[in-house]
Amino acid sequence: MSVQAWTFLFVAVSFSIYLLIAWLSRVSDTSGFYVAGRGVPAIANGMATAADWMSAASFLSMAGMISTLGYSGGMYLMGWTGGYVLLALLLAPYLRKFGHYTVPDFIGDRYESNAARMVAVVCAIFISFTYVAGQMRGVGIVFSRFLEVDITVGVVIGMAIVFVYATLGGMKGITWTQVAQYWVLITAFLVPAIAISFKLTGHAVPQIGMGSSLLSDGIPLLEKLDGLHADLGFASYTEPFTGAWSRGNVFCVTLALMAGTAGLPHVIVRFYTVKTVRAARWSAFWALLFISLLYLTAPATAAFARYYMIDSLHGRTAAELPDWFHNWRRTGLILWLDDGDGRLSYTGDGDAERARANEVFRGGTLGATELVDIEVAHQRWLDSSGANGADGREVLRARGLSGPDQDIIVLATPEMANLAGWIIALVAAGGLAAALSTASGLLLVISSSVAHDFYFRIVNPAATEAQRLVLGRVVIGLAVVIAGLLGIFPPGFVSQVVAFAFGLAAASFFPAIVLGIFSKRVSTVPAMAGMIAGIVFTASYIIGSVYAGMPSWCFGIGPQGIGAVGMALNFAVTLLLAPFFPAPSRAVREMIESIHEPEGAGPAVRIEAAPEH
Amino acid sequence: MREAPDTTTVDVRDPRVVDAIDRYWRRNVRIMVALLVVWAVAGLGCGVLVADVLNRFRLGGFPLGFWFAQQGSILVFVALVLVYALLLNRLDDQHHVELERIGRGARPNSEP
Repeated sequence: MSVQAWTFLFVAVSFSIYLLIAWLSRVSDTSGFYVAGRGVPAIANGMATAADWMSAASFLSMAGMISTLGYSGGMYLMGWTGGYVLLALLLAPYLRKFGHYTVPDFIGDRYESNAARMVAVVCAIFISFTYVAGQMRGVGIVFSRFLEVDITVGVVIGMAIVFVYATLGGMKGITWTQVAQYWVLITAFLVPAIAISFKLTGHAVPQIGMGSSLLSDGIPLLEKLDGLHADLGFASYTEPFTGAWSRGNVFCVTLALMAGTAGLPHVIVRFYTVKTVRAARWSAFWALLFISLLYLTAPATAAFARYYMIDSLHGRTAAELPDWFHNWRRTGLILWLDDGDGRLSYTGDGDAERARANEVFRGGTLGATELVDIEVAHQRWLDSSGANGADGREVLRARGLSGPDQDIIVLATPEMANLAGWIIALVAAGGLAAALSTASGLLLVISSSVAHDFYFRIVNPAATEAQRLVLGRVVIGLAVVIAGLLGIFPPGFVSQVVAFAFGLAAASFFPAIVLGIFSKRVSTVPAMAGMIAGIVFTASYIIGSVYAGMPSWCFGIGPQGIGAVGMALNFAVTLLLAPFFPAPSRAVREMIESIHEPEGAGPAVRIEAAPEH
Repeated sequence: MREAPDTTTVDVRDPRVVDAIDRYWRRNVRIMVALLVVWAVAGLGCGVLVADVLNRFRLGGFPLGFWFAQQGSILVFVALVLVYALLLNRLDDQHHVELERIGRGARPNSEP
């Protein structure tokens, strides 16, 4: 069977399983199978949280980013897992004891202010849309690359699947679907990593293989990589603080990702569905354990694929290049524009001469016709020895498209390791599982933010359950359509928007929730002032440096890490103002005391029956 | 999974109960702060701030700072969340037993 046939089979089977699970949960629900308050077991909730957490970006792009960045790629690993520790220790058990549905619920009730609730609603919706657009794009990319259908068709299929199980299944359906999705995605990630580790180092455990010697010449892999990088003009793979990634910048980005991650609304919501405070803690542990399987493997895949890519490309002639290169060249993820000597040269931008010598590029957001134009002009330039046409290398370098697309690391690893066609197909199913599981969780957050937090708690507290249910489903439908449109027509600044989402979560939500839980003294006005200071500072800095070309005046910290400074500003403003304003009301102080101890926690929110889902 | 305990027999204005809750909260905060210090040292410290210094040492085939940034910190994070769950759940049990004892002592004949 061809890779494409396997992919069709795997995608069809996995999608049927997801829909079947959603349908079964639905049937059980209407037949009154569930008892109110009966939660999801901690280990299953952990798996679902892990699938919810690991997005298309974690699955498809993270190993590639690490492969490109070397040491600095650790920012993402530490940021996303370290944020989870903050979530588990500072937020999860207390929010579980608080026991309402959403983050805006907590902010609104704790600070007794609908304005604060509204700020939280807007942040939650903004963060969720930013994310869900990326997931839909991920679905489209997987479909277009593996099944060679149009990216638009891929996004539409993804929209339809998510819509069906998010509106019919509700939280219960989504949770059990995510458990299945976790297994698909982790298998798809681990199998190629183990295979390539075994092939290069003889060790089946990638984390050990990464620190071992290569079978080919007995030199430790990382040492060999550092050597190759130095020879070819790339920044060192293992040495920290190279280029723009200074110590302060790496620190701030890591911290901003940590605090931003802890404030992600679709993951926090998970902890409301477990049975007890004790189960919330266990479920946090299981989730991080399941997440760490992928996060510990990604850097190993990154190092193996990096070595393999340089080794099998640099200095080769067209006939010597491996099959995977030819396969992925068609997608524009990797391009070769020769200088006329017939040998591929893959070099870094360590100095001007090496940067000019590089012949490996990517298509980026360029359309197929634009790429063909560039390649034709380049060929004419070669044929006429520079008299006619244009040097395509200069054109692409000027557009910042040097080097292959980072997604190729995960997509092509199975082929690099010479794995069978069905494993390559499994990676496609895994990428889809990662994208769909995250998208469904986010859509529920958007739906609950609008139907519960905005409509029921602010606009119309007298709304009936039926009204809220209808509104919740309509919002999911609308959100799927908007997310799909954003996936089909991605704004050109996706990466900045994601940095913005994390920065905003770090600078707004995180301090407000932490102080709301741990301080009985902080009241409405200081908390609001802190949130506004954090948001305004972070937003203006990011917008200023991305769109207005503002220099990074704040200690050279780039827009990705500025959320850490915004967070510090938020804490500082809130704590400085707090003594000048009266303490919160007696009711709020009692509420804080009650979430501090686990005794008498209410039953789990029966979220599958909650009207806003 | 244990059911949520019934605390309706405990009077929250009882000074002994106030004391017990206070003690519980102080211990909880102490555990949390200790674990967060480890979190900061392993992740932001060894993984970022002193990574270049640690890179002079090796752990097998890994430069140590690089290992902390891409492997070690994550292993520490998983261990921290496990230790937190174990310690806090034990603390919850002790607290529950303590409250029950106070509840029984205060109203020995209140049970039907």
